Amino acid sequence: MPELPAVADAGTEVDVALTVNGQPRRVRVEPRKTLADSLREDLRLTGTHVGCEHGVCGACTVLMDGEAVRSCLLFAVQVRGADITTVEGLAPDGAALSPVQRAFREHHGLQCGFCTPGFVISATAFLAAHPQPTDTEIREGLSGNLCRCTGYQGIVRAVRAAAAELAATEDASGRKGPA
Amino acid sequence: MKPAPFAYHAPRTVAEAVSVLADHGDEAKVLAGGQSLVPMLALRLARPAHLVDINGVAELAGGRLANGHLVVGATTRHAALERDAEIGTAVPLLRLAAPQIGHFQIRNRGTLGGSLAHADAAAELPAVTRALDAEISVRGPSGERTIQAAEFFKMVFTTALEPDELLTAVRFPVWGAGCGFAVEEIARRHGDFALAGAVCGVQVAAGRIERVALSMFGMGSVPERLDALEKSLTGAPVDGLDLADIGAQGVAALDPPADVHASSRYRKQVGAALIGRALSAAIESAAAEEASRA
Repeated sequence: MPELPAVADAGTEVDVALTVNGQPRRVRVEPRKTLADSLREDLRLTGTHVGCEHGVCGACTVLMDGEAVRSCLLFAVQVRGADITTVEGLAPDGAALSPVQRAFREHHGLQCGFCTPGFVISATAFLAAHPQPTDTEIREGLSGNLCRCTGYQGIVRAVRAAAAELAATEDASGRKGPA
Repeated sequence: MKPAPFAYHAPRTVAEAVSVLADHGDEAKVLAGGQSLVPMLALRLARPAHLVDINGVAELAGGRLANGHLVVGATTRHAALERDAEIGTAVPLLRLAAPQIGHFQIRNRGTLGGSLAHADAAAELPAVTRALDAEISVRGPSGERTIQAAEFFKMVFTTALEPDELLTAVRFPVWGAGCGFAVEEIARRHGDFALAGAVCGVQVAAGRIERVALSMFGMGSVPERLDALEKSLTGAPVDGLDLADIGAQGVAALDPPADVHASSRYRKQVGAALIGRALSAAIESAAAEEASRA
């Protein structure tokens, strides 16, 4: 892990090395700059959206070492050496959407799209931990993200469909294995 | 950028963290999970000149058993309380309380020590420490001291921690066989802070309550321990308990706060019901535990 100086003075910028969507990156930030702002402004990864900026809405959710976290509640200086995945990292070549993204499109899981990156990241982490979720678990898993357009029903359907697709893919690859 | 400027310190050991706090005391804030502190910085409700990030202090993370107790480090995350088998087996109340804190994204960062030091009156973990008579270890410039949970919470957002002290670990007693536990709360939405909540541990032997611990959150400016009710329940047969009456007794001496979400009277009614639910759920889980050993 690259070492940060033990102290970074207020107002001075420090270098932070991290991995974003599989690529080693380096940003130069003031200590008070959040990871959300640094991703958007320094790395031009504007898929991570900034909504409430105090941890309530979930629009800025990213994966940090595989776990979903609020990037507005982390300072960029805190993620030195960490592995960050943003929504851009889910469909790296920009062509093939991830199963969760595809399900959101097919099941009317978005309207204006502002909250969508946060929902997609949260749902991706949720499904990794709960491959066969019940409806109650899905609703609980989505409760940390706010959407003001859809009424959530389409989002719940999308996550249910993504879970089914991921399970089917798993089965198919599982059958190939032992044969 | 929303927060006011601050100097950032990233100590690697408790000794380093304590020495930064000794230098800056009043002007410094400890950053653990940041799930309450960073919103306060963003709203500029807090403007510390120095932030001491303890996430890189390896010795503060995780739980271990020692002399019939479970010692849980300050930066142990809520997600670990929820999932770590050793923690959940030794102190089931931690495993039961953790999933009720915020949302899973919050629990991936929020920490045990942070929750106690922040001392929100509606938080679950402070009430768990009260119910179990946990001991809170803190380190300052003059060394280490232990604060009983009963002495730790002074008022809303205020604890017995001095500005130059770091909360390092929490020591929970491990209850023996024949015990059951429950955490019951009412919140307006899943993941919101609770309007009111009850924590219960009970040990049942030969159909009688041998030992019981009850505490509440959201019912005062600090977590409340229901000592008088515990005394009256000890020795009582578990069959035929009048839960409504027990709940009413439990909240009789409390004076819960009123806010836009709930009046004081409503909190008392809900609190009484939650005591009954927590007690019966804990007794049921004690019976299930007993059956699993038979």
